[in-house]
Amino acid sequence: MNGLLDPRQAAPSRAGQEQVAILGAGLAGLTLALDLARRGMASAVLDEGDGVSRHSHAVCFTRQSLEIFCRLGVGDRMLAKGITWHKGRVFFRDRELFRHDLPPESGHECPTFLALRQDHVAAWLVEACKATGRVALRWKHRVTAVAPGPGGATLTIAAPGGGHVLEAGWLLACDGAHSRVQAALALPFAGCAFRDRILTADVALPADFPTERWFWFDPPFSPGRAALLRRQSEDLWQFEVRLGWDVDPAAEQAPDRVTARLRNLLGPALPFRLERVGVREIRCRRLARFVHGRILFLGDSAHQLGGGNGAVQDADSLGWKLAAVLRGEAGETLIASHDAERVPVAEEAMLAASRSADFIVPETLAARAYRDAVLELAERFAFARTLVDTGRLPRPAVLEGSPLNTPDGLDHGARPGTPAPDAPVEQEGEPGWLLRHLDGAGFRLLVFGPPRPLDLPAGVAPLFVTAVPMRGALFDHSGLAAARFGAAVVLLRPDRHVAARFADIDAAAIAAAHARALGARALGARALGG
Amino acid sequence: MGKLDTRPRLTDPDALLAALLAAHAGLDEAESRRLDARLVLILANHIGDAAVLQAAIALARGTGLPDR
Repeated sequence: MNGLLDPRQAAPSRAGQEQVAILGAGLAGLTLALDLARRGMASAVLDEGDGVSRHSHAVCFTRQSLEIFCRLGVGDRMLAKGITWHKGRVFFRDRELFRHDLPPESGHECPTFLALRQDHVAAWLVEACKATGRVALRWKHRVTAVAPGPGGATLTIAAPGGGHVLEAGWLLACDGAHSRVQAALALPFAGCAFRDRILTADVALPADFPTERWFWFDPPFSPGRAALLRRQSEDLWQFEVRLGWDVDPAAEQAPDRVTARLRNLLGPALPFRLERVGVREIRCRRLARFVHGRILFLGDSAHQLGGGNGAVQDADSLGWKLAAVLRGEAGETLIASHDAERVPVAEEAMLAASRSADFIVPETLAARAYRDAVLELAERFAFARTLVDTGRLPRPAVLEGSPLNTPDGLDHGARPGTPAPDAPVEQEGEPGWLLRHLDGAGFRLLVFGPPRPLDLPAGVAPLFVTAVPMRGALFDHSGLAAARFGAAVVLLRPDRHVAARFADIDAAAIAAAHARALGARALGARALGG
Repeated sequence: MGKLDTRPRLTDPDALLAALLAAHAGLDEAESRRLDARLVLILANHIGDAAVLQAAIALARGTGLPDR
């Protein structure tokens, strides 16, 4: 465009166009950009920062998130670097109440969870995005205005090279709890009243300090509050204190104050070194809907308290849908299913967070009495220990009522909407894992039976799994794959969620389920109004 | 799944109330509240049946009179 003839020349000068613009290079944005790139789709990622993540605190990534990272080719580094544990201790005031030890369920490549520093994960995702050659990462780009339109959104951007306008075919708002897009569209957050400030300190402890999760209810140094100590990397532990909302965050971060708390908790003898201190806010709220025409919200901009796992799973869930729509394989109704699938998941996470908060920092007299009663009983009785909630690890999110599911009458195994469970398998005598054979490139039909030619819809590739070693099939030597899926034939979406299950090969039923999973069925009913 | 039994089943009703009050003797309000909570939790675990417990909670919530 000739600037001299541009009637808007006083306004931002450089205009650009992107089919897909992703706002925010956090976990949601980077995971989505990487997923799209691996599906052959280019995107631009805009972020206000300078390329270095400020979030050094560790996130406990669940198995589901780790499996997504493995599919995206960044899982090996995480499995090598992350820290996991299955032992813990629970304290009440100045007493140790009990210890627990929950060895993980076997037959999965990924552990139940893995603690990893968020900035490390972000750096690996950036590297992987760059390696695809399909992700344009633009740092120090700040959005100053957002105008939605039928063809996407028009963004006004302030950047070091000058302000400009960007026309985005699709705008993915992954820009966090203080989303500029959410503010520009004046979309209200709604949720429970619960909110808290958490003091987070990185602490170096002696190498032989046990890799256990220690949790304090009502600790002597913080009456009425709670604290957590857990390992976050080879040499660092993470110490967290629930401060409450009405504290002065600056005063709480004073190193002397944090050191005194730790000394009180760890005893006078144990040497430790304080590395870094910060305060973060947690809230329990979400947007009513995440899809607004061609503007979509993912991660913290959509819902807070899903944490890093919610962000990664939002991206995993949206990537294949957006790619299918961009390729013309599905209509935009497929995108509408994002609300039907992700809003209930966010709602469940909020419910779990709110229940945990009622136990960890009870605010009513009744909540307090029951919490303390449970803890008083927990020292002696196992039944009371099952009621102790120190913050539950999220369970795999099942997309229960998704309109993309084809319901089946089966009552066991991975019902439609469930992320595909892993299992150990052998291929030509080589041991491996089932999920590694499901790269998510397209729909897959898992067939528990000998390899044979099948008449399948375009875009659906078969994968045979057998109970005895057989050429051209994966050998389910433990029987876990067959047991965990619970049906002879399973249709998996590109995000490896179960779309449908069948007792045998029925070409017409498979084609119908495939069409339905691509949004062919009218998506009239929204998960939630408003 | 069982059904909540609201027929009279106590062989010595007076003794039950006396035992409850004796257990609360000398406790302040917060301690009393915790004792009741522990008692509810112990009995709930003994009963175990989620449907019976839900019915009992609903019944308790629905039968209170407003304070004068």
